[in-house]
Amino acid sequence: MTSDAVACTGLAYTFGGTRAVDGLDLTVAEGEVFGLLGPNGAGKTTAIRCITTLLPVPAGMVRVFGHDTAGDRMAVRRLLGYVPQQLSADQGLTGRENVALFARVFDVPRRERAARVGQALAAVDLTDAADRLAGTYSGGMVRRLELAQALVSAPRLLILDEPTIGLDPIARTGVWEHINAVRAATGMTVLVTTHYMDEADQYCDRVGLMHHGRVRALGTPAELRRGLAARRGTTTLPTLEDVFREVAGSGLDDESGDFRDVRSTRRTAGRVG
Amino acid sequence: MSEAPAVPQAASADGIGLLLKAPRPRAGWRLLPARVAAMCAVELQKLRHDRTELYTRAVQPALWLLIFGQTFTRIKAIPTSGIPYIDYLAPGIIAQSAMFIAIFYGIQIIWERDAGILNKLLVTPTPRSALITGKAFAAGVKSLVQAVVVVLIAAVLGVALTWNPLKLLGVAAVVVLGSAFFSCLSMTIAGIVLSRDRLMGFGQAITMPLFFGSNALYPLSVMPGWLQAVSKVNPLSYQVDALRGLLLGTPAHLALDFVVLLAAAALGIAAASSLLGRLAR
Repeated sequence: MTSDAVACTGLAYTFGGTRAVDGLDLTVAEGEVFGLLGPNGAGKTTAIRCITTLLPVPAGMVRVFGHDTAGDRMAVRRLLGYVPQQLSADQGLTGRENVALFARVFDVPRRERAARVGQALAAVDLTDAADRLAGTYSGGMVRRLELAQALVSAPRLLILDEPTIGLDPIARTGVWEHINAVRAATGMTVLVTTHYMDEADQYCDRVGLMHHGRVRALGTPAELRRGLAARRGTTTLPTLEDVFREVAGSGLDDESGDFRDVRSTRRTAGRVG
Repeated sequence: MSEAPAVPQAASADGIGLLLKAPRPRAGWRLLPARVAAMCAVELQKLRHDRTELYTRAVQPALWLLIFGQTFTRIKAIPTSGIPYIDYLAPGIIAQSAMFIAIFYGIQIIWERDAGILNKLLVTPTPRSALITGKAFAAGVKSLVQAVVVVLIAAVLGVALTWNPLKLLGVAAVVVLGSAFFSCLSMTIAGIVLSRDRLMGFGQAITMPLFFGSNALYPLSVMPGWLQAVSKVNPLSYQVDALRGLLLGTPAHLALDFVVLLAAAALGIAAASSLLGRLAR
């Protein structure tokens, strides 16, 4: 029997008085690229942090390849590659050292460590820059380095939280092309959050549109766009952003994230330069 | 500015063969030393790339030994059981410089949290206690490198230190254990206050009381009663006592010193590990 890569059942998480995730039901099938979309503050990052075991949730709410994140954290973590929203490569280490650290903490044996690190760096086209300090990398290179860090342990589920935030269009395309190439070669499942609807439309097999802690629409980008066109009775296919505006309703501009969200986003964008 | 989009040709199945198979998990007792070694290696790699901190941090202990040590050696105001004051002071300054490095280690973990590095490490198959132990010993390695610099400065100033390799090994163990405790104290405070600015304030507030409330500068016998009580519960005093015994051959309570430092480090690791989740949120 094959299990879903991710299964969230009534996932809820509250910070103080704020219900960041409010009864999220979601499954991600093995091998697909699933996009979790929504504005800042929609609950995407909180949901991701629950799935990655960073935030504790009660048993039965989140399963990764059948393992409950509440009771079987180590087994879940061994299946994950995680790229957080911030530029998380250590600037004081070289690209190779950054990847080698993750090879070590995932117990890659010493005899194959160098070769595996080399392959991870080659997979994201960073071989030539591998021995430069990560602090000298461009934003797009840092994102690719983080991808290599995540890939070195051969994860079955790659989780990327806003992987292209702050990048210019050329670097965004580069990052996505590498994600797709690696996914095609390894067959891994990819769960990605983004608020760039065009990226989701182009690169995701299925998307979930999140707003106020819940998934408001779910399907392939084409299905969602066709559904809206049918509801509007038009032959012109709307964009995914149009779909999102319809399911989320008005007032998006006033609700898109609190001060901390915006600060975090700007900090990341600032570091990308 | 962005680099041109690289065409990802390398990610073909034959070029990433090793990346298709997950490594076998390390189990049981072998996990902890592996994580500690990984964290220590990172610390050494960073020091290799940028030694600025090593040099700048050497200034303060050098000044303590040069100015305070030499002046008080001439004044002879502090009873040191017959040894020159600068000799008496040197182990205290080694402990102090190691503590100063470790006590601000919590700032690094907050920075790592803000940069996403901590979250990424917490999503690896590394128990929180192993991560904190790794960080604590990494702080110890950093302090050890600093201690070597201070020992060399002391030797240049004519301090009669031992060069017995076994005793020096003991010195290294004492420095690492003491730093492990103080870095855990710092990471524990980081887990409570959650921000760099607040931690800086706490660090400043506790560093000097820990230093002056120990036997680093003067023996217990010259302290008022209340300060003696403080000194007896201050792990820095046990660290200095052990360093004096090992480096100078003065009477010391080595067994007690090691037990206290080990217990303090274990307690610190437990406390910091239990609060690490707060940082991740």
